[in-house]
Amino acid sequence: MRLTINGKSHEVDVDPTTPLLWVIREQVGLTGTKYGCGVAQCGACTVHVNGLPVRSCQLPVSAAGGARITTIEGLASGKTLHKVQKAWIDNDVPQCGYCQSGMIMAVAALLKTNPKPSDADIDSAITNICRCGTFQQVREAIHAAAKAA
Amino acid sequence: MTAMPKFTRRTFLISSAAVGGGLALGLRLPPFGPAVVRAADGSPEITIWVVIRPDNSTAIRVVRAEMGQGTITGLAQLVAEELECDWSRVSIEYPTPGESVARKRAWGEFSTGGSRGIRQSNEYVRKGGAAARMMLVQAAANEWKVPASECTAANSVITHKASGRKTTYGKVAEAAARLEQPKDVPLKDPKTWKIAGKPLKRLDTAKKVNGTMIYGMDLKMPGMLNAAIKDCPVFGGKVKSFDAARVSGMRGVKKVVQVGDSGVAVIADTWWNAKTALEALPVVWDEGPNAKISSADIAEVLKAGLDAEQAFVGNQAGGDVKAALAGAAKKVEAVYSYPFQNHACMEPMNATVRWTPERCEMWGPTQNGEGAFAQVLAASGLTSDKVDVHNVMLGGGFGRRGTYPDDYVGQAVLIAKQMPGTPVKLIWSREEDMAHGKYHPVMQCKLVGGLDASGNLTALHMRLSGQSILASVRPEVIQAQKGRDPLSFQGVFESGEHSFSYTVPNLLIDHAMRNTHVPPGFWRGVNVNQNAVFIECFMDELAEAAGQDALEFRRKLMAKHPRNLGVLNAVAERIGWSKPAPSGVYRGLAHLHCFDSFVAAACEISVKDGNKVKVHRIVAATDPGYAVNPAQIERQVAGSFVYGLSALFMQECTVKDGRIEQTNFHQYNSMRIAQMPKVETILMPTGGTVWGGIGEPTICVAAPAVLNAFYRATGKRIRSVPLKNHGIELV
Repeated sequence: MRLTINGKSHEVDVDPTTPLLWVIREQVGLTGTKYGCGVAQCGACTVHVNGLPVRSCQLPVSAAGGARITTIEGLASGKTLHKVQKAWIDNDVPQCGYCQSGMIMAVAALLKTNPKPSDADIDSAITNICRCGTFQQVREAIHAAAKAA
Repeated sequence: MTAMPKFTRRTFLISSAAVGGGLALGLRLPPFGPAVVRAADGSPEITIWVVIRPDNSTAIRVVRAEMGQGTITGLAQLVAEELECDWSRVSIEYPTPGESVARKRAWGEFSTGGSRGIRQSNEYVRKGGAAARMMLVQAAANEWKVPASECTAANSVITHKASGRKTTYGKVAEAAARLEQPKDVPLKDPKTWKIAGKPLKRLDTAKKVNGTMIYGMDLKMPGMLNAAIKDCPVFGGKVKSFDAARVSGMRGVKKVVQVGDSGVAVIADTWWNAKTALEALPVVWDEGPNAKISSADIAEVLKAGLDAEQAFVGNQAGGDVKAALAGAAKKVEAVYSYPFQNHACMEPMNATVRWTPERCEMWGPTQNGEGAFAQVLAASGLTSDKVDVHNVMLGGGFGRRGTYPDDYVGQAVLIAKQMPGTPVKLIWSREEDMAHGKYHPVMQCKLVGGLDASGNLTALHMRLSGQSILASVRPEVIQAQKGRDPLSFQGVFESGEHSFSYTVPNLLIDHAMRNTHVPPGFWRGVNVNQNAVFIECFMDELAEAAGQDALEFRRKLMAKHPRNLGVLNAVAERIGWSKPAPSGVYRGLAHLHCFDSFVAAACEISVKDGNKVKVHRIVAATDPGYAVNPAQIERQVAGSFVYGLSALFMQECTVKDGRIEQTNFHQYNSMRIAQMPKVETILMPTGGTVWGGIGEPTICVAAPAVLNAFYRATGKRIRSVPLKNHGIELV
């Protein structure tokens, strides 16, 4: 089947029940999207499917055919970082960093629908697990990204 | 030096640049002077810690593991401070354990646990930087034929002020590398630091925001296969049989293999195919002698230990504690307990190994490169010159990726041995990671305190009963201690880096060791998590019984513990302890001395419907002696509370039929951003000769502070973790 990831078309030969996560990682070879739990709990696998944040570990690849998929590798426009990535660097957010691809993708999707989220908006929209505990910096960086043009 | 092995892996490892590079050491023998050792790109080594490139950039060597705690940045700051190099042009190289072994353990300890990464190596890495600077300056002075003392160095530039001449480190590096390393290497007074001690940004962030940072999970190698594994779910069980034929025709499957006595793995083209086949594979287990054990059985054993005759003494003062308690005007008694907990690193365990009869190499996340090296050595059946380990960025560590018996590194070697020449990446599913952790030790504690008529604490007996990590992981320490595990007394020990921070006239703190079949491990903070809950909640219970303020009651016992008193006073002042809390808000506090740091926390919470706890604010003070990067310390402190409060409210691994019941985050939850309190860090290093740790100490003070506040809010004293078992949730 064909998948459109980060604007590029990929032909993949997989069982249609394979989660999108593993097709992205193992067939397409984009490893920025992470495996954390496999049961849509932690959010490390968050990608955008037609602009919406999706936990790709629970989405069969067959459901993503024809969709516009964006991974962390496709978030920047060429060499220009997305404002969330930039805010993450400015606020020195990541610790181990393993969950941050999913966190950044979730935040980028939030800011698209809600450009100036309140703390309460952040609390209800961002439910990713971070075991290092970067939440204080994540919140600061979300507000910083929201302020950025 | 002539025995230097050749390193050929660069032809094979395509991701080496992405993981921070390794070194490919080569030996060049110049006509005179010491041999020059070169990095992979040919640039000379100026001491083992520093490589100066011709373009005047600097590579700093780090052998401690980076797992998010900021160690590589902090260690590089210390080297760069003494080196006087241009910080904007610093990068990191990881020497391998094999390279270190071949150079007589030149880089020393690799182990990254116990919050030792920076504090234990600070002096020798700073000396490495300082010696390199002296050699570079000397090389310039030689060229100019002036005394080195007339030259200064800053920002990778050397200046001879009298003549106005300048040169760069890059230009004199070749000459400097040929000089003898100085023996007498003075270090700067930390008060003059310009790079160390400053809140600099981490060196490894850029790749963590665009998906290019390579974790063990992400390694790719030509021809690589993937393996999924299932180990006997009952600890101590074995494989009886498995029916490989049932899955050998499934998509992508290459081989089904037994791993040691207790594991079965499927090797396939992709990990998803390996895991899918593994789930379909019929396996019959011999569950062994532990197949019927449950959490209740373990709790019974521990409970019996609370009143057992025999116990190992960790701290003792004054006279007969039991007699003093019997004679006390008022006696207070309480029993506390703490559960098994999984580390639940975001990145499940994994390791990639390529084995041939001539060479075995492992690429993967480890907190102890040399420990992993030893495991690869043992499992591979090869000699040390034919083995190596390449560390990558860890997707969390928290103690889980230290080296333990029967763990993922050894498994990966045993699997790869059955596919000679083919790199195989072993990845544990989250379910396997939950089932085969190295769990936070389970512990109960009985505390009995005696107060005199004026409410002074005259006697205290703290009896621990439960599991010893060292008995499982380092039995030689237990043997040397005649059966005692000194680490079980962290935070309440008689002396040293984890010493007790109260003076009680009659004191006995002892441990009835009760080990279980569930393997224990070092879990961020290790034994301070439970010990801080036990002692600091009980101090509040005693203060109440004495009719005294919790802070004042503590202060009276702390005259001989000024640094603990310092951090405790700091949080009390910042939270406004002497003034009433806002309406509906309740406060609690706690402190401890551990990992050679002095830490305290004060919190403000509110409780809705008697069980919904909002932690509004935690003020945390830490005195680690020296602060290498205040910004990263703040992040470690705030992050430690996420780990610690997740454990307090949500996390327990229960045992049924000999195995762990929880399989994933839906049963083993972790805090989300909505539950994050505002954390205010007070960093108050007071110097001295001892450097304290950062990654772990503060984790332990959040839980007792919150429990003490919860009591003030509700009148309910909770004495067992996690709070979800009491119907209490964090909101």
